[in-house]
Amino acid sequence: MLTAAERRRGIGAGLTVLAAVLLFVGTAVATLLAWDGDQSASRLFTSYTWSILRFTLLQAALSTLLSVAFAIPVALALARRPRFAGRTWILRLMALPMGLPALVGALGLLGVWGRQGVMNGWLNTAGLEQPVSVYGLSGILLAHTFFNIPLAVRLLLAVLERLPAEYWLLSASLGMKPVSIFRFVEWPALARVVPGVAGLVFMLCATSFTLVLVLGGGPAATTLEVAIYQALRFDFDPPRAIALAFLQIALTAAVIALIALLPAATDTVRTAGRKVLRLDGRSAASRLWDGLIIAAAVIFVASPLLSVLVAGLRADLWKLVNGPRFIQAATTSLIIAVTAGVIAVTASLAIITARQAIKDRRDPNLAERLLSISLAGTSSLVLVVPPIILGTGWFLVLRQLGNVAPFAPYLVAIINAMMALPFAVRVLEPALQDHRHQTARLAAALGVTGPAKWRLIDLPVLTRPVLTALSFAMALSLGDLGAVALFGSSDLVTLPWLVYSTLSSYRTNDADGLALILGAICLALTILGTAGQKEHKHA
Amino acid sequence: MRGISTFLLAATAAVLAPFAAKAQDKTLTVYTYESFTSDWGPGPKIKAEFEKTCACTVNLIGVADGVALLTRLKLEGEGSEADIALGLDTSLISEAKATGLFEANGIEKSAVKVPGNYADDTFLPYDYGHFAVIYDTQTIKTPPKSLKDLIEGDTSQKIAIQDPRTSTPGLGLLLWVKAVYGDKAPEAWAKLKDRVLTVTPGWSEAYGLFTKGEAPMVLSYTTSPAYHMVEEKTDRYQAASFSDGHYIQIEVAGMLKHAKDKDLAKSFLTFLISPAAQDIIPTTNWMMPAAATSAPLPDAFDKLVKPANTLLIGSDEVAKNRQAWIDEWLTAMSRK
Repeated sequence: MLTAAERRRGIGAGLTVLAAVLLFVGTAVATLLAWDGDQSASRLFTSYTWSILRFTLLQAALSTLLSVAFAIPVALALARRPRFAGRTWILRLMALPMGLPALVGALGLLGVWGRQGVMNGWLNTAGLEQPVSVYGLSGILLAHTFFNIPLAVRLLLAVLERLPAEYWLLSASLGMKPVSIFRFVEWPALARVVPGVAGLVFMLCATSFTLVLVLGGGPAATTLEVAIYQALRFDFDPPRAIALAFLQIALTAAVIALIALLPAATDTVRTAGRKVLRLDGRSAASRLWDGLIIAAAVIFVASPLLSVLVAGLRADLWKLVNGPRFIQAATTSLIIAVTAGVIAVTASLAIITARQAIKDRRDPNLAERLLSISLAGTSSLVLVVPPIILGTGWFLVLRQLGNVAPFAPYLVAIINAMMALPFAVRVLEPALQDHRHQTARLAAALGVTGPAKWRLIDLPVLTRPVLTALSFAMALSLGDLGAVALFGSSDLVTLPWLVYSTLSSYRTNDADGLALILGAICLALTILGTAGQKEHKHA
Repeated sequence: MRGISTFLLAATAAVLAPFAAKAQDKTLTVYTYESFTSDWGPGPKIKAEFEKTCACTVNLIGVADGVALLTRLKLEGEGSEADIALGLDTSLISEAKATGLFEANGIEKSAVKVPGNYADDTFLPYDYGHFAVIYDTQTIKTPPKSLKDLIEGDTSQKIAIQDPRTSTPGLGLLLWVKAVYGDKAPEAWAKLKDRVLTVTPGWSEAYGLFTKGEAPMVLSYTTSPAYHMVEEKTDRYQAASFSDGHYIQIEVAGMLKHAKDKDLAKSFLTFLISPAAQDIIPTTNWMMPAAATSAPLPDAFDKLVKPANTLLIGSDEVAKNRQAWIDEWLTAMSRK
């Protein structure tokens, strides 16, 4: 129910974003391919390439399965208990792992699960002589679930929380059992977003680098991303790096396409917008179950973070904050994170609006349908384009203009924004969809359009998902080291870079302290992301 | 929203502007690796000392590591601003020469003294270190006494090593095993594999695992204990002395062919091996000086392992075989 002008504007915005993303990636790839150097004519598809491909697929598929399978009961439990002391803090906690550089997360995990970790300490007291080793596939799965269960919980919970109050009233008056509620109410809602969430987690795991190497125990555990990095950084063989990158993109696209084939219920939700009151789950058994599930999730996510906290507190934090480069690094990190976040959210809104504008037409033509599919594909797959390829490609482009240094922060912000795009789309799309279903007809009937519509109808409801998406994108950018590492560090110092730099100067303690500060900043950002949580409850 | 992002980008540029190169009459641009330029690294002090003598500005640009440095030079080619590249190592020299971007420096280098008497007319050694297994004396009472010992020892005592595909110390261990075992290297790796806790992408991750107690041994340098003795006043971490020799990493600096002011570049290289610069290196870069210092090194350096036997494979041979040797390593280490 959009006016023709709204539809045109929507499609136009989508086209602009699509063109911008393709141009940005295409320029980098084309420049690298055109670069003529002394390339070693190394074979692309050795048996080793195939074994990497197999392992990438295996670990990413298992990680995704585990993350989503564990996230569902946690999200259901949290949705069933809309108010209990500390709930908001649990949600904030769930946003933290994403903002941590992979190495910090890995060291935190090892503090709990490692050879000298808390777990093995207990096992040792219990009489076990040799520590249980996590290195290998189990370590990789552990790390990936630590980083991705919280992510999946947040995305799934957002959908459950938007279910209209009428559903719960109706299910209570029908006397529905928990199983029926799950089957008829909760699952149909989850099924709408599970493919998207699974796809996102799969992409994150498939392109994992540091976690896979540190916890994988040896080169048998390697992802394509490692091979791409080697090809470009160590061998400087751009054609090989790009061929491997295309392999990675094709692999992910195939998996995402498979996931998209899963039957997804397209449920349109109508509500009078009354206050949500959950009437189910009042039994003692249900309370116990939810309590256990939530406690387990909190312990799993919080314990490595606690280990980061304990290690960090040993450092002289005051001295670190007053260190010569800290303020510079923190400012640069924040500016890049805000810029990346704003770009990602703006681009996501454009993509979603365009897709809705196309869906809104009764019979979209082939070009429009293609555009819709391209937008969905691009906004996902952009995450698996290796940042090192974008960075190196653009470095070559900008070289021709002179000094690259002034452009570096822009590039890092854009690369981070592209990485955050799939997150932002997944946070915003379900929210926007529901919102349109609920308001489009009425708005059209009342003739409210343009800025007035945005201010009166969209803004009040969409502030919260927009803030959540923004905090997602900012946290991701804040914890990202990859994009920055490509440029000279004296030009561009960010917090994760400072952590690494400190570590590479033997100063492990200071690095722990900086990691803690980074985590604290991230927590502050997630407070932004969960803002509006309270107002919503009283709405 | 677009307005906001434009504003933020402008703000970013404003914040970063002071760090862009300032135009001066005479500047010397030195490309190096990140830990050299860090606050604790030798960079800031060397820059200050040299600027006292040259009436010029030294512009230090730090990239991730020696490999990234070479890649950056390859990317920039003849148009690079770099006058000096500082931080390549012996295994990269052949590749660096093949770029055709460097020029013989022609300076007087009789002061340089590095084990194995490495000498080159283009690349000037400024420090060196021997790779070594560093162990935690609180966990390991009988450290390995040779590479053979390490490879055949107790597999419950683990070591963290680095990946030769992504890090220079990782490549160093690969060459070390090759230098000792030659054609039998794959068998050696297949045995060592069970002792390897994990293979990290870079030195920092492995060393972090070590200092956190996760791995009782790590591949690093003979000079690493000096850091702990000098800065942390502890001799808990020690290097294991290997009777079959230690592989050496010599760090070198070279002058680029298109350097703007070659006399200035040459005087910087001369300065680099003078006592004024060599005095700075040991306690900031934690490597051995490549030429005489004005005063004896801190006591901690006397306590370090002094390898009787230095191992080094020529850089041409490394360049020619690196990929094949890495493939060999991958196969041996990936076997179940």
